[in-house]
Amino acid sequence: MSAGATIDSPMAGRFGAYGGRYVPETLMAALEELEAAYNAAQKDPAFQTELDDLLHNYCGRPTPLYFAKRLTEQCGGAKIYLKREDLLHTGAHKINNALGQGLLAKRMGKQRIIAETGAGQHGVATATVCALLGLECVVYMGEEDMRRQELNVYRMRLLGTEVRGVSAGSATLKDAINEAMRDWVTNVRTTYYILGSALGAHPYPTMVRNFHRVISREARVQMLEREGKLPTAIVACVGGGSNAIGAFYEFLPDANVQLIGVEAGGRGTALGEHAARFQKIGGGLPGVLQGTYSYVLQNDAGQVSNTHSVSAGLDYASVGPEHAMLHDSGRASYVSCSDADALKATVTLSRTEGILPALESAHAVAEAIRLAPTMAKTDVLMVNLSGRGDKDMGILARELDLKGSEAAVRQAGEGTKG
Amino acid sequence: MAIKFSKKPGIVAYLTAGDPDLATTRDIALAAIDNGADVIELGVPFSDPLADGPVIQRASERAVARGVRLTDVLALARELRAARPEAGLVLFSYLNPVVRMGMKTFCARAAEAGADGVLLTDMIVEEAAEYLEEMKENRLAPIFLAAPTSPDARLKAIAAVSQGFVYAISRVGITGTQQKIAEDASGLVARLRRFTTLPIAVGFGISNAEHVKTVGEFADAAIIGSALVALIEKTPPPQAAEAVGQFIAALRA
Repeated sequence: MSAGATIDSPMAGRFGAYGGRYVPETLMAALEELEAAYNAAQKDPAFQTELDDLLHNYCGRPTPLYFAKRLTEQCGGAKIYLKREDLLHTGAHKINNALGQGLLAKRMGKQRIIAETGAGQHGVATATVCALLGLECVVYMGEEDMRRQELNVYRMRLLGTEVRGVSAGSATLKDAINEAMRDWVTNVRTTYYILGSALGAHPYPTMVRNFHRVISREARVQMLEREGKLPTAIVACVGGGSNAIGAFYEFLPDANVQLIGVEAGGRGTALGEHAARFQKIGGGLPGVLQGTYSYVLQNDAGQVSNTHSVSAGLDYASVGPEHAMLHDSGRASYVSCSDADALKATVTLSRTEGILPALESAHAVAEAIRLAPTMAKTDVLMVNLSGRGDKDMGILARELDLKGSEAAVRQAGEGTKG
Repeated sequence: MAIKFSKKPGIVAYLTAGDPDLATTRDIALAAIDNGADVIELGVPFSDPLADGPVIQRASERAVARGVRLTDVLALARELRAARPEAGLVLFSYLNPVVRMGMKTFCARAAEAGADGVLLTDMIVEEAAEYLEEMKENRLAPIFLAAPTSPDARLKAIAAVSQGFVYAISRVGITGTQQKIAEDASGLVARLRRFTTLPIAVGFGISNAEHVKTVGEFADAAIIGSALVALIEKTPPPQAAEAVGQFIAALRA
């Protein structure tokens, strides 16, 4: 904690001072059972073989590492590559983890699955895996997120999942996690909780990261094949931080590879207007939320703040504990991108490359567009394109006036309402 | 000032501090003590009460919206201690407001306010080194939750570091009322008995005299939370203290 007596705790699940397990006692036996089952699965070649087979034949791994030629030319600096997690089955990186945990749940004999979702991508991935494996599935989703990511609600229902709306707080991701944890506490003996980001109590942050490591494992090999060297920098958006930690992890020992996380800058720097936990002023402070010790956006009395982002997947008051460690050590740096810049980047990538990014991933694209011109042409910038933007068409139609006249639509690339 | 249960079963009354307002919580707590509550648990309102059911969630949300802070709850504890020197007084909080204040500062101020003990909902024994050190330093009783799902090894560890009493959760789940006491409860208390001579108080879902009587058959005290908070929610504030007093008096009738 702040004064540090638990920092040197020998307990697993610490990332420097961060991480740990801060949960009601009722969940402890389940977390211990999960940790043991996960450790056993990791050592079991049959588990890994089944996972690899499904990642390849069902999800479409490895994902391409695509050289974005026109975007590179337009930016006029570093070569920009996109790691195409958006091409995975269900349209985002989330399936890597949902599939891994789904197989683990099945191995543990749990028939009932619960999950939370923000943008709906983790919910859809979990609903998909439950359909695939024949498991019962309930997904908690903030009512605000159900409204703005409506298409994903329908997808989950079509897949046979029950979507339960959560109206508490700001009715977004944090509130959905609270409700999922209440369900888990109540049904802990029969239920497996597929947490969707590198958050929560140990072993979740480690386990979720390990299921996403495949992103950087592939990218490292692909980059060496294509460029004969490692990238100068890697950019990824950070909500809870699962795609970013997956994209960073295998590059951590490569000290000359810059790692850049992009948080949601929202519509201002005041508390409540953004989800930039690492922002210097008006950002988060170390605290405990939903099982883990990390940076938390909160007021001076320790009440957790509401957040805002145009992207539901980044709209969260805390951040995975491993990112908190990487932030403090300086191994990764964290910047933020406003709603308006993310919307602009969505248009830019769509029109230069014919790729519609998820609004979450567009935050990373925006940072790449800002950064590339400041770098040498021999530098290489990799963006983890964590998801595709079809789910965001409702928001984009509104924010970019796509329902308006052709002339107005053409101008959308120049600026946005946001 | 110590936690003791003079009559069997003892009564622990949980109140969300600042719902409907701090002055009313004070009057309610005094009425509860005067009508037979042995221990008052003063709940610190928190934005994300993930172990709580809808009743305490709503109370917490109302108090947070009013701007009730941990410092206000400490001030309230001090007032209660001054008014009722003999009553047991426990501060009940999620971890984050305490982390924000600083564990060391919080424990010192809790002791200074006259609290007997502290219960942190999301603090487990493995993470508690600093917390336990500060509690010891300030002669406060650390109270931990024990759950029906906790295996014996965990119950043993919980018993080893607890003081005051052990809080046995009657069933898996969140706080809130229920029809009857789960069979989980007596089994858990029996398992805990093997590891501790401390009083064992049973909470979660205890809401009427019949429940209290049942708990009295196998445990030392009953903890009443959501039932009180729900009563306060539906009673106009000027009548809340009297209503709670009558409710508590009837529990052991």
